[in-house]
Amino acid sequence: MKKEIMQGNAAIARGAWEAGVKVAAAYPGTPSSEILREFAENYPDIYAEWAPNEKVALEVASGAAIAGVRAMASMKHVGLNVAADPLMTLAYTGIKGGLVIVVADDPNVHSSQNEQDSRNWTRFGKVPMLEPGDGQECKDFTKIAYEISEQFDTPVLLRSETRVSHSDSPVVLEDRVEPKIVPGLDPKEAPKYVMVPMNVRVRRKFVEERMKKLEEYANTFKYNIMEINDTSVGVISSGVSYMYTKEVFPEWSYLKLGMVWPLPKKLITEFAKKVKKIVIVEELDPFFETEIKAMGIKIWHGKDVIPNMYELSPEIIEKALKGKKYKEPKIRVKPEDLPRRPPNLCAGCSHRPLFYALKKLGAFVFGDIGCYTLATAPPLQAIHTTICMGAGVGQAHGAMKALGKEWLGKVVAVLGDSTFLHGGVTPLMDIVYNKGNATTIILDNMITGMTGHQEHPGTGFTARQEPTHMIDYAELGKALGVKSIRHVDPYNIKETMDIIKEEMNKDEPSLIICKDSPCMLLRRAKPLERFKYPFYFVDNDKCRGCKMCLEINCPAISWKEGEGQTKDGHKRKGTAYINKDQCVGCEVCVQICKFEAIVPGTK
Amino acid sequence: MKNNEKTTNIFLSGVGGQGAILASNILGEVFLKAGYDVKKAEVHGMAQRGGDVTTHFRFGKKVYSPLIKYGDVDFLLSFELLEAMRYINWVKPEGKIIINKQQIYPPAVNLGLMKYPEDVEKTFKKFFKDNVWVVDGQGIARSLGNLQAANVVLVGAFSNFFPELKPEQFIDAIKGLLAPKLHDLNIKAFYEGRKAL
Ligand SMILES: Cc1ncc(C[n+]2csc(CCOP(=O)(O)OP(=O)(O)O)c2C)c(N)n1
Ligand code: SF4
Ligand code: SF4
Repeated sequence: MKKEIMQGNAAIARGAWEAGVKVAAAYPGTPSSEILREFAENYPDIYAEWAPNEKVALEVASGAAIAGVRAMASMKHVGLNVAADPLMTLAYTGIKGGLVIVVADDPNVHSSQNEQDSRNWTRFGKVPMLEPGDGQECKDFTKIAYEISEQFDTPVLLRSETRVSHSDSPVVLEDRVEPKIVPGLDPKEAPKYVMVPMNVRVRRKFVEERMKKLEEYANTFKYNIMEINDTSVGVISSGVSYMYTKEVFPEWSYLKLGMVWPLPKKLITEFAKKVKKIVIVEELDPFFETEIKAMGIKIWHGKDVIPNMYELSPEIIEKALKGKKYKEPKIRVKPEDLPRRPPNLCAGCSHRPLFYALKKLGAFVFGDIGCYTLATAPPLQAIHTTICMGAGVGQAHGAMKALGKEWLGKVVAVLGDSTFLHGGVTPLMDIVYNKGNATTIILDNMITGMTGHQEHPGTGFTARQEPTHMIDYAELGKALGVKSIRHVDPYNIKETMDIIKEEMNKDEPSLIICKDSPCMLLRRAKPLERFKYPFYFVDNDKCRGCKMCLEINCPAISWKEGEGQTKDGHKRKGTAYINKDQCVGCEVCVQICKFEAIVPGTK
Repeated sequence: MKNNEKTTNIFLSGVGGQGAILASNILGEVFLKAGYDVKKAEVHGMAQRGGDVTTHFRFGKKVYSPLIKYGDVDFLLSFELLEAMRYINWVKPEGKIIINKQQIYPPAVNLGLMKYPEDVEKTFKKFFKDNVWVVDGQGIARSLGNLQAANVVLVGAFSNFFPELKPEQFIDAIKGLLAPKLHDLNIKAFYEGRKAL
């Protein structure tokens, strides 16, 4: 028996491989991205692709499933909003080969734009959902999800979350078993897959019957586990919430639900009879609580004490359930008094000069989600909205329609390359079609930066690193009907400002594309080669201590306090200092210094 | 080996790029092979971009929660002084603290807006008396000719707290996790660290 420590996401991928999965598609999103990366890097038996967005990923996976092979689509919680359209109808058509959709929540928004509880999709979509709590369960639940999918003719949702996806624990490895279904397409099955009203009505009934059968199945499902210990308190919980609670209250009795939906009503009623008081511990929404209360079961504690926002943890659960008896650990140092260590754009990142330019122009920036969202933090503070991927483009158009031509020159939409391809193309089409005049800037750093460097249709490489067609954003813009298309070199601040200003002032749609500005961490693009000098340093004879260069928040630049003066006698309170180990020589600060105090160095 | 019924909680903290993740991976291999259940939760949101990194590492007969309960840390293994201080309240009164002497200034300090805490070592000693060990990971790694090995120096120092484990068990893990060309350096780093306490 081979046992390995695995990350939850790696265990999901392993489970899919063992279950005989053949096709996997995903769009990256924390904390789900490693699942597809695992397929691409470690499982040649599985065709793995990065799709341009989650809707496409689910469509690809479901097409494979309809063709009779086992398939997986994986995404973060907000990704399922994008993929909800196919999901809600796939729930009716069902599949042939097993289809599992992994959706990874992010309680406490470690890296997300909202905190939605994906369990709500399962009731809404009328499909079953499983929820693992550690690595072994990630693997086991993935495998059984495929059995359920095929047995009940349904897509199955597998819900993970940050602490499951990004925790490591031992997992027992088994072999791959090829599924028994013979792949192929059969036109005679059209009534099952063509969702016109006549067929929908038939499948609609099937869905209700399926959910009833699944509820029966849930009552004996082997991962809905009753543990009877001390019967004074019985906890109903699932996933990692169970792990936390079991840690603090090992003596209590438990009903651990491996299947979140449908609920095993018989089993819950039986459990309620065995224990005196029921506690429901669940992260985020009162999903179980609402349902179990509706069954007429009395609950001792649930969301009256367990928080319905942010993430749970052992101490939060202990405190909630022990109340006054909880002993708060001693505070030795107030952490809020310590300097924080917020994330920052890398030294040399092309987003820095671009947003500095926008700030200088005083533009209102309809922003988006990516590394560049870091430009919302002080001192740059140059992003003014962040909603969802692609939103800024349509919003800039809407704002310009609302405000009229006096606002020309003051509004812009900015988004990353991956974000543009995910959701920015259709709103750009809209601007042209509806005679708008908004300006869109694509920050083309040639990779999906924020989520850890995934390929996309604009990078020229597939998930497996094979060279492929690379989208030309200017050609795409042209095809959509944009007439004014410009390229800018963001590292040239003055020129970038001039071009952006010109385009924002035009009473027509404009598209600006950042050129030759790869992500600093993208080795194959050799990002440092475009810089003339390996680093810069501050000439103490010239630095007047004006702090202008600190305005760009480059991690290489710091402030050294100390009264003094320049060589030509200007008094100063301190000087800027460049850490040459961190500086990459991007020359951005050089353009900001008015006193020519930042000079090139040689290594 | 499985006489220890209780779960042991190790909290690792540092700054992105310091190699805290490798350190926790070594511990994971060692304790798994020694027959324990292991759980490890990493928080590295945007570590690549200079943020802080923490790992909750737990081992025992059966481990449920991937997260350590606040106030329940048995060992704080920190790669940076400020990042040690940030988690001082997490440590049990009888907990042990192993800190790397390195200081990495966060932006607020770099920009002259806040002071870097001067008295980290003293503060820990005030609360934890003799249970505090400070290691010069960078100094030792530099003497071996490669600053990158500071994380394994720390692992070496930390290994002293588990007398039931042989150095070879750690060496095996190091070999399993690193490319062959890095073996010699890191094995040396491990032993130098082990001698440092
Ligand atoms: C619907 C949805 N899917 C995925 C994500 C996760 N996500 C956040 S930013 C981002 C990609 C950003 O890449 P890019 O636009 O190229 O900008 P960069 O980070 O490279 O600057 C992704 C995938 C999300 N927030 N929403
Ligand atoms: S990872 Fe790339 S895109 Fe993100 S901050 Fe660094 S250089 Fe910029
Ligand atoms: S040249 Fe200036 S802005 Fe660019 S990395 Fe160096 S210090 Fe930072």
